[in-house]
Amino acid sequence: MKDGGIVIVGGGPAGLSAAIIAAQLGAPVTLIDDNPRLGGQLIKQTHKFFGSKSHYCGTRGVDIATILEQQIYSTPAKVILNTTVIGHFSPNILGLADRNTFTKLAYQRLIVATGASENTILFENNDLPGIYGAGAVQTLMNVFGIRPGNKVLMVGSGNIGLIVSYQLIQAGINVVAVIEALPKIGGYHVHAAKLARLGIPILTSHTIKAALGKEFVTGAVICRVDKNFKPIKGTEKRLKVDTICLAVGLSPLVELLSQIGCQMVFIPELGGQVAYHNENMETTVSGVYVAGDASGVEEASTAMLEGRIAGAHAAGNLLGKTAEAQAIINQAKLELAAIRQGPFGEKAAKGKEKMSYTVRQ
Amino acid sequence: MSKRTSKQTAPTRISDHPILKFERGREITFYFEGKPMKGYEGETIAAALVANGVKLFRYSEKHNRARGFFCAVGKCSSCLMVVDGKPNTMVCMEPLRAGVTVERQRGRGKI
Repeated sequence: MKDGGIVIVGGGPAGLSAAIIAAQLGAPVTLIDDNPRLGGQLIKQTHKFFGSKSHYCGTRGVDIATILEQQIYSTPAKVILNTTVIGHFSPNILGLADRNTFTKLAYQRLIVATGASENTILFENNDLPGIYGAGAVQTLMNVFGIRPGNKVLMVGSGNIGLIVSYQLIQAGINVVAVIEALPKIGGYHVHAAKLARLGIPILTSHTIKAALGKEFVTGAVICRVDKNFKPIKGTEKRLKVDTICLAVGLSPLVELLSQIGCQMVFIPELGGQVAYHNENMETTVSGVYVAGDASGVEEASTAMLEGRIAGAHAAGNLLGKTAEAQAIINQAKLELAAIRQGPFGEKAAKGKEKMSYTVRQ
Repeated sequence: MSKRTSKQTAPTRISDHPILKFERGREITFYFEGKPMKGYEGETIAAALVANGVKLFRYSEKHNRARGFFCAVGKCSSCLMVVDGKPNTMVCMEPLRAGVTVERQRGRGKI
């Protein structure tokens, strides 16, 4: 059986950053991704990033994917694409499946950067064709250049809901409304303002009650909710739409970590079930690390920093090159703390803090 | 921009985009329920179907409900179809190939 050295599952911002750092520190690295292209969700993100220069501010997500892709290919790291890690065998062996074959790969250190999956919500007919997660809509229009529909109802006004709404308009699609169950807009004001300038209504204290249609979406029923999020009778309104886009949050993809036997904790602020990890991104299983959305749903900037920490720590741990690795870890931790101090990092910071508290008990 | 939103463009392929340029692969023909359709190499079967106006991908096992795709990243299993006779193919991850036959799946699909 082959040995992958430090094996990283997931080629998004976290996994790529981990792989680049570990390989640059001289460790043998294997990066596995189930897509034909590296970059994870970055490849569909056309918006420019915020933050500081070192976090690629002013650069579009899709361009960051290309930068990281070039960096990993300039190292001796082995990259395996179109391949899904479908299981874990003790000790230290992964089961890999591509379209035709199943293989096993041993690892010395493992970094799980599997990201997150789209949430859905309950409403009548929520399984109709034409109801997509926001990520799926982005894949269709920004990766393949295909319009998912012509008239879209966006559910959720977090940054993803706002950004994807704007991208839909850029793609020539009519966004009928953005609805939000909370009494205020969830995402950054700058994104909401762009929609407001185009006259797109953002309806707060509103939810979706039903999707209309038999074989695909032909409309939606929305209504107002009270302060306990209960629908208010008589406020129902029918919208003529052919697509409903759900931007209602993400849940960490933790199946692999759970199978490995990492201690799991439930932290709502991090998106649900996550593997306990310390500040070096180590889980409770020796040699197994986690980074990015799989460690708690946040954003690409923090995913890259967590990836750097996991990658540097795993490499230092394997090679005994601790001073060099430690310097990278210290720097990344400083930057991470700075990002999480911002108004939108507060939730994740609280979640991470809660996690260490939960386990210490 | 507001002008473009009000136009309600009918074709589902995006040709002009303010930020992105779409480099499509070779145009190829595939078959959906026996009907020839055009798509491009490098895209997924799910993407090509949507571009051809097909949203309904399968009927669910228990209640025969219409299903399309939801996540497009191989996680939700909502997009299982019969591809070249093989049921339960996740078409949001399956690359489009010339001449491939794609059918709606009913229930669990026959192997």
